[in-house]
Amino acid sequence: FYLTPPQVNSILKANEYSFKVPEFDGKNVSSVLGFDSNQLPANAPIEDRRSAATCLQTRGMLLGVFDGHAGCACAQAVSERLFYYIAVSLLPHETLLEIEDAVESGRALLPILQWHKHPNDYFSKEASKLYFNSLRTYWQELIDLNSGETTDVKEALISAFKRLDNDISLEAQVGDPNSFLNYLVLRVAFSGATACVAHVDGVDLHIANTGDSRAMLGVQEEDGSWSAVNLSYDHNAQNEHEVERVKMEHPKSEEKSLVKQDRLLGLLMPFRAFGDVKFKWSIELQKRVVESGPDQLNDNEYTKFIPPNYHTPPYLTAEPEVIHHKLRPQDKFLVLATDGLWETMHRQDVARIVGEYLTGVHHQQPIAVGGYKVTLGQMHGLLTERRARISSAFEDQNAATHLIRHAVGNNEFGTVDHERLSKMLSLPEELARMYRDDITIIVVQFNSHVIGACQNEE
Amino acid sequence: AAGMFLRLLSDVRWRAANPKWRRMTCSRRSTSSTAEPHPVSLPAQAQVVICGGGIMGTSVAYHLSKMGWKDIVLLEQGRLAAGTTRFCAGIVSTARHVSIELKMADYSNKLYQQLEQETGVNTGYVKTGSISLAQTQDRLISLKRIASSLNVMGIPCEIITPKQVAQLHPLINIHDLVGAMYVPEDALVSSANVSLALATAASRNGVQIHERTSVSHVSVQKGRVTGVETDRGQIQCQYFVNCAGQWAYELGHSGEESVNIPLHACEHFYLLTHPLKEPLASNLPTIVDPDGRIYIRNWQGGILSGGFEKNPKPLFTEGRNQLEIQNLQEDWDHFEPLLSALLRRMPDLEALQIMQLVNCPESFTPDMRCIMGESPTVRGYFVLAGMNSAGISYGGGAGKYLAEWMVNGYPSENVWSLDLKRFGTLQSSRTFLRHRVMEVMPLMCDLKVPRWDFQTGRQLRTSPLYDRLDAQGARWMEKHGFERVKYFVPPGKDLLDLDQSKTFYKPDWFDIVGSEVKCCKEAVCVIDMSSFTKFEISSTGDQALESLQYLFSNDLDVPVGHVVHTGMLNEKGGYENDCSIARLSKRSFFMISPTDQQVHCWAWLKNRLPDDRNLTMEDVTWKYTALNLIGPRAVDVLSELSYAPITPEHFPSLFCKEMSVGYANGIRVMSITHTGEPGFMLYIPIEYALHVYNEVMNMGQKYGIRNAGYYALRSLRIEKFFAFWGQDLDAFTTPMECGREFQVKLEKGMQFVGQEALLEQKQNGVYKRFTMFILEDHDTDMDLWPWWGEPIFRNGRYVGKTTSSAYSYTLERHVCLGFVQHFDEKTGEELVVTTDFINQGEYEIDIAGQRFQAKAKLYPFSSLFTHRRRKDEVELSGYQRE
Repeated sequence: FYLTPPQVNSILKANEYSFKVPEFDGKNVSSVLGFDSNQLPANAPIEDRRSAATCLQTRGMLLGVFDGHAGCACAQAVSERLFYYIAVSLLPHETLLEIEDAVESGRALLPILQWHKHPNDYFSKEASKLYFNSLRTYWQELIDLNSGETTDVKEALISAFKRLDNDISLEAQVGDPNSFLNYLVLRVAFSGATACVAHVDGVDLHIANTGDSRAMLGVQEEDGSWSAVNLSYDHNAQNEHEVERVKMEHPKSEEKSLVKQDRLLGLLMPFRAFGDVKFKWSIELQKRVVESGPDQLNDNEYTKFIPPNYHTPPYLTAEPEVIHHKLRPQDKFLVLATDGLWETMHRQDVARIVGEYLTGVHHQQPIAVGGYKVTLGQMHGLLTERRARISSAFEDQNAATHLIRHAVGNNEFGTVDHERLSKMLSLPEELARMYRDDITIIVVQFNSHVIGACQNEE
Repeated sequence: AAGMFLRLLSDVRWRAANPKWRRMTCSRRSTSSTAEPHPVSLPAQAQVVICGGGIMGTSVAYHLSKMGWKDIVLLEQGRLAAGTTRFCAGIVSTARHVSIELKMADYSNKLYQQLEQETGVNTGYVKTGSISLAQTQDRLISLKRIASSLNVMGIPCEIITPKQVAQLHPLINIHDLVGAMYVPEDALVSSANVSLALATAASRNGVQIHERTSVSHVSVQKGRVTGVETDRGQIQCQYFVNCAGQWAYELGHSGEESVNIPLHACEHFYLLTHPLKEPLASNLPTIVDPDGRIYIRNWQGGILSGGFEKNPKPLFTEGRNQLEIQNLQEDWDHFEPLLSALLRRMPDLEALQIMQLVNCPESFTPDMRCIMGESPTVRGYFVLAGMNSAGISYGGGAGKYLAEWMVNGYPSENVWSLDLKRFGTLQSSRTFLRHRVMEVMPLMCDLKVPRWDFQTGRQLRTSPLYDRLDAQGARWMEKHGFERVKYFVPPGKDLLDLDQSKTFYKPDWFDIVGSEVKCCKEAVCVIDMSSFTKFEISSTGDQALESLQYLFSNDLDVPVGHVVHTGMLNEKGGYENDCSIARLSKRSFFMISPTDQQVHCWAWLKNRLPDDRNLTMEDVTWKYTALNLIGPRAVDVLSELSYAPITPEHFPSLFCKEMSVGYANGIRVMSITHTGEPGFMLYIPIEYALHVYNEVMNMGQKYGIRNAGYYALRSLRIEKFFAFWGQDLDAFTTPMECGREFQVKLEKGMQFVGQEALLEQKQNGVYKRFTMFILEDHDTDMDLWPWWGEPIFRNGRYVGKTTSSAYSYTLERHVCLGFVQHFDEKTGEELVVTTDFINQGEYEIDIAGQRFQAKAKLYPFSSLFTHRRRKDEVELSGYQRE
């Protein structure tokens, strides 16, 4: 079974999306030039989600990737709702009042977010009312809490993450008279999702991360070469601090059973996540909700299953770790991607491939023979690869697509091998997940001129 | 790395040569180290100062000193042979398309071969032979054409099969070859050492050589070189020779009086490898694979391979860069296509270890031919540069011709195609040069087919009618920067793409031109011929007439309103120019000559007209748009437009009248067409051009008028046996040799230039004769078309070459024009060519190795002349060059 290059391209490009920030209009100079995003499913249906939106009542742009597990319901819900929670958390008191007043009197609501969505990125219509009510309750509380202080982005992000997770949990406990919605909120709560969200406002870049997706900054060094700077920490067993945190939060007696086979309680890869109430609720609560829930839930072995050694819940939190970074002119782009990418590629390679792609590959390091022993054949092979790299870059109009092409198709030399690409993409559904994970990527390109100008102002 | 490379390339030979070299030059310098400050001051004066110590400079010095000029100083800004010469691949190849280039290369080869014996400097000369490969049939045709030329010049050369290629060279992959050309006497040299050998010999003959001396500018007074200014002081001199290679352009512009030397450097890459396990023999033939764009030679047991890529990298556009040549970057990615071609040609080289990729800038010119000769603006300022990466092949011959030029006033061969004066200031824009050389460098390897037009640097000079003609389907070619119409593609008809239209066979425009010719014969056509060079020469008294009578061979003392065809001859009676001169009044003349004469003719006349304020010459080329109305109905169109009697009684052939055409007044109408067909040339002040054109086209409609282009004109003039200057006629051709005695008035009562030579020829006969050949057994549809430069055989023996050819739609045959010589069968001595000799031979024309029978004629078919106006004067001229 063999896919032709056009067939490969149509698979790779099916979900690609690009957004260019409108040119300078005299008022709004954005430090973001635009972004490219794409996803390649391994699960059917795909469990990854992505979101991107511009905040309309405050400045800044939000971008996020969400990696779902045990289904896609939670990732879907988070991708729809999280940015509203963040945007609301960032709103000044007066704007909150204005919005509440508008809702109260039935007037048109100020738009909060402008979404940048691929046609496949859907929003659930049925749940929108439910979601809206939860969000409204949140901003009402924010109004009541009015601290009078200016909103700190970091605090806002943490607050939004925690609040949304809390709402997901509550909605599942309360249930809904509409059986469809009732089942939906339960599915959302019992499945899980990690989130890696970027908020860019001028030179201020905040990354809020929950779970094992990753944010990486592409930096161009003075000599033109590319390096990668991590802007998030993975919340998994490989992260000592995370393991330490989890152990601190539970009695010493559980130390051994907390992390087994690099998984939380021997089950869950990410150490932080939305949903996953099975790792958050008490056993009683879980049993009560499942029993009173719809039959589908009762029939599901997974939801009924209580994790072993489950003594002192919650074991899991959605609280993000937030990293603030002041953008510099050499910071050329940001990559947000789910672990599907990072499993196959080193961040240094990601930085180089995207960097070369975005700069039109002009900065490919020249080759010099120098004193090395190189044969004509070796040199020829090397040059052919470099050419292939350039031509594959020209094939893609989207940096995220280009990255996926490399992630899936790279051979041992680090160049795209069409045969390999064809094989990987033609795997039958049931096998695909064994060879690769869902991959979701957002590549945000920064405007160095604007960043340089902002820097000078400060 | 650069230092190391220098040692590598010139090998031990450099070190062996250097001490000898030092001994000889440094005796006049008192110190033996070139690195130390200059101990010997420059001479205060010299006859000749040569700038540039590369192959060109040293070759000129060598030849000048051999010819007896001793008072010569050669200045080199760095070290001798340290520029492009040092990096040059050292291939001496005679496989050249242009015959003058072929002659230069042949001479160089013979010179280098004996140079070591002459000078004691090891030149590394090895006769390896060269093999040019053909991957396509078209390429093979191209090689066969060269082979025909080489053979008649006595240079051994054969077309061989791929199998024979494999026998000659063990490493070549031959599976994609259709054939090849083997030139066994081509050679390899160490180019730096050749240059040093030439310098050594020159220095023995008295030439002073100063390294580390740069020329800042050349001093000029009253249009003559008076000296040079260097960083080490001044030298007064009569002659200056600019051999500054890729810096020649800048040096030309450094003085107060600019000398335009249109050339531009491009990066050129070649690869050096370590030796093979079994080192390659040093006499292994050099391989040229033009379809792969590469050349491969053996080099110290390994190979040296470079090429001419499709996407060249021009450099130094902004002028001299502080970057030393040595510091140029190796660019492997750029070299990749050439490396691929190399490994495809010699797959066994995969395991061969790389030594270095050398980046060596070469200078290229706008037409792929080198630049030689004297500046048209500064007398005594000579130039030899722009070798298009064939410096070593041309070095010897080019130096010789230039030396002859300086010593004798003219070189021993026709070098017009290399003459600096073929260019004007218009080719000196850096933007133009940058764009053009990017086209020229790939052309080195591209197939050279007939009627090739450059695509870059176009639409520079145009007629005011350009847009009108373009909208009517005009296809353009360019001459001297001027856009000229080839033919008009009728609406609804499509021609092939540029690349696909390349052919050695019948071209796709055949029928289009055929119908234009038919219209010229039967109705009337209009051809825009504005590109012609036009001068006005006038005086207050008789100075203009007297001067012109001296400078031109025909009698110009004709009644006002007459047009005279005449040659502008040199002392040997050869054509420096071929023109039509109209006597506008007693004291003023209007002179029309070929497009590319603008610079040459101007310089020639300027240098020879008396310095008299009452005698003025003006270049009015740009002031007039020229329309050629050709055909039997031209007279009807013109008479309707002017309301003037144009009958032969009122307006005989070879007349010129100012008249009104339409509303426009002051149109110079001449009853000539440069084709032998009836009709008129209209010289129209440019502001009236559009009006007159519109009037002519409107009025002409009822007579079936249509536009035509130069291809039609060319077919017409060739079938009428009209020679044109630059193609058929040159400085080595006299009117006697081309049947134009009637354009010479030997007894016009006063001396004129070339008179003696012509008188002698008249008495003793000529040694070559311009002849017309009609191909007999040539199938226009199936056979290769003649072009020019095809060898002519008489009774099976080589007697000369064609100079131009065209299909005659009237004769339905191909017509070739060319010169026939008479070589003594035993001695090869040139004998007088008589009419009988011409008429009594069986002729064949060799087109790419295939011979076609041809009928020779010394006079045109009289039946082709339909309208004869003046009994005694047949318009036997036409000098327009394509």
